Amino acid sequence: MEALDPIFLARVQFAFTISFHIIFPAFTIGLASYLAVLEGLWLATGRPVYMQLYRFWLMPFAIAFAMGVVSGIVMSYQFGTNWGPFAEKTAPVLGPLLAYEVLTAFFLEAGFLGVMLFGINRVGPKLHFVATLFVAVGTLISAFWILSANSWMQTPAAYLVEDGRYVPESWIGVIFNPSFPYRFLHMTLAAYLTTAFVVGAVGAWHLLRNRQNQPARVMFAMAVGMAAVVAPTQLVVGDLHGLNTLEHQPAKVAAMEGHFQTQTGAPLILFGLPDMEAGETRHEIGIPKLGSLILGHSLDAEIVGLDAFPRDEWPHVPTVFWSFRVMVGIGLLMIAFGAVGVVQAFRRRLFDAPWYLRWAVLMGPIGFVALLAGWFVTEVGRQPWVVFGLMRTADAASPIGAPGVATSLLGFIVVYLLIFTAGTAYMIRLMAHSPEMPSDEAVEEGPIRTAGIMPGPAQDHQHQHHHHH
Amino acid sequence: MLDMPTIWAVIIAVALLAYVILDGFDLGIGILFPLGRDRDERDTMMNSVAPVWDGNETWLVLGGAGLFAAFPLAYSILLTAFYAPVIAMLLALVLRGVAFEFRFRTRRRESRNYWDWSFIGGSAVAAFSQGVMVGAFVQGVAVENGVYAGGWFDWLTPFTVLCGVSLMVGYALLGACWLVIKTEGPLQRRMRNLQLPLGAAVVLLILLVSFGTVLENDAVRDRWFSFGSLWFLWVVPLLTLLLAAAYFFAVRADMEVVPFLLALGLFVASFAGLAVSLYPYLIPPDITYREAANADDSLTFMLVGAVFLMPIILGYTVYSYWIFRGKLRLGEGYH
Repeated sequence: MEALDPIFLARVQFAFTISFHIIFPAFTIGLASYLAVLEGLWLATGRPVYMQLYRFWLMPFAIAFAMGVVSGIVMSYQFGTNWGPFAEKTAPVLGPLLAYEVLTAFFLEAGFLGVMLFGINRVGPKLHFVATLFVAVGTLISAFWILSANSWMQTPAAYLVEDGRYVPESWIGVIFNPSFPYRFLHMTLAAYLTTAFVVGAVGAWHLLRNRQNQPARVMFAMAVGMAAVVAPTQLVVGDLHGLNTLEHQPAKVAAMEGHFQTQTGAPLILFGLPDMEAGETRHEIGIPKLGSLILGHSLDAEIVGLDAFPRDEWPHVPTVFWSFRVMVGIGLLMIAFGAVGVVQAFRRRLFDAPWYLRWAVLMGPIGFVALLAGWFVTEVGRQPWVVFGLMRTADAASPIGAPGVATSLLGFIVVYLLIFTAGTAYMIRLMAHSPEMPSDEAVEEGPIRTAGIMPGPAQDHQHQHHHHH
Repeated sequence: MLDMPTIWAVIIAVALLAYVILDGFDLGIGILFPLGRDRDERDTMMNSVAPVWDGNETWLVLGGAGLFAAFPLAYSILLTAFYAPVIAMLLALVLRGVAFEFRFRTRRRESRNYWDWSFIGGSAVAAFSQGVMVGAFVQGVAVENGVYAGGWFDWLTPFTVLCGVSLMVGYALLGACWLVIKTEGPLQRRMRNLQLPLGAAVVLLILLVSFGTVLENDAVRDRWFSFGSLWFLWVVPLLTLLLAAAYFFAVRADMEVVPFLLALGLFVASFAGLAVSLYPYLIPPDITYREAANADDSLTFMLVGAVFLMPIILGYTVYSYWIFRGKLRLGEGYH
């Protein structure tokens, strides 16, 4: 009857709603910055191609943003509906962080999104650029606060216990808790990478149809450039994040590595089947001593295994182990893609090799998979704690019975699958429409005067619409 | 006594009020959406709030995060007690929120109709759920040892259903008044024709809910009617009456903006009436806002930011409304 355990259901509900939610902010963090860069380049150079690209990406951005907003409202209430005791005990520390997120980020984003989407004819290009910048900065500020809150749950610091509540001792200590800088950097780069691969895939898709598609060439080159620089950077940042985790949450790292036994000269396990019952990783394929070298910076360093921790403080090892491999595997694939892209660019074949363009198309959604896998590593790896070392997840749930949680979970699944399917389909349809402007329009009018901010597809739509009447 | 919990009670109350009057009119437009006769009219209705709707809903996020941050006990107990209506409201807001984008991305009439109904249904259910929660809040919440001790359906009574319906009608009134400001032609005329009946219905419902409140909650009855009750409280109902009279006058005089402002005034007055009725209880009937408050240090830390940021937020919110002021221009917004 474990499936009907209300706490388990509440965890599934939180995992489902937050996993769904994070896809959209990750994409909009990246896209907002990309849009700001495009509009800035357009203002600086006057080249119409940048405005074409801006318009092209604005509509998918609007859809992703709306889905992020509505699924985010759900998150802001779920601590109360399903995790009341957690909310009460951590509110002195976490409450202000979330309140600051709303005050410094959400209002900024929402306030200027309207101007960004609908306002260019009303405010002029420079002010419109300021609006885009504010939205982009807003997405980063939002990431700052929410990752600070999440990091405090992973590595709680600078708190006292008063009346059974965790009360802040120093705000700087709370906000800049030990894992926060790494997590913030890691997540921001992940958002940028994820977006770059979507942009690259869309550019490649249009290039496969027409190699001379100018906006597609520009976006593809920009995306490959991002991948070439950011993917290796992410490897370094991820490694630093891992070492930080080793210091503060060694059990999580042991689960990531599949190390059940504490040992010197530990291997780097590439694959294997972690067996929690038996307390060993079966059929392991590893590289001897490399684990010690990476984690301990010496071939014979002692690496702590799960046997150093009580059995009831282990996370679910297979989930952590496999999620970690998915994330790292995709990361390596991204680095390879970027490196090949650099070679292709030097050979002046970046836009001409169909196999590379097809590879780029396939890589399109892969960032989202890595992103979710990474969150599974860190969140499942934190279990059985909701606040690491302080509060168990089992003690954090509201007294809602299984039927109630099951019903709400079913509601979320149905509604989210519906809007996910529709939203993704609409976004893909927008992306599939060529970003090239009809050439007569481009010649006759300057970019500012061509029907405001509306992209090609919507204009077509408008024409059909008027015929219709 | 102006201590931290009191300051924060005022801030949260203002945030919720801001939410109710701002998202109120755009939820109202969802409720009135079936009255849009063709695609153009419906486009116009939706575009009249498209640039501002998510700013409006951000006040709800502030309400949630602010309640968590300032009154965690209330956040935890009330949301658990109102589990079903909270979840219904959230799902409804999801379905109506995405409609703002999805509706304009469809190609076939059937799929557009589908998002139209998701906008209508989502707006109506969100409004109804919010009203139900207000009613359940007035009724009071069973708490034992700091944990919700009531049943699954304590929030569902004739009184709470009345409150749910009332809020739907109230939001529809705000929506109609907003559309009178933003539109022209036949759509505006139809919205004008709704202003009198909706206004009358709202006044009637305010009266019914007020009586219901007095019947449901003994403490409220004593506050208003017992010997030695605070006579100056009666300013609130009197003001409501004056606002209602002014509203009908303004509608009769064919004014465009004033009826909307007076309708907002009715909401502010009703909200004030509720606040003075229940003060100082945040989880009626027993737990006050001071008992539910967060640690003083946390409240102080937030206040520093709120004092600095609130004026800025209000500034650019007003600015964004100012940019999109006036009648909806032809061809503006999505099509």
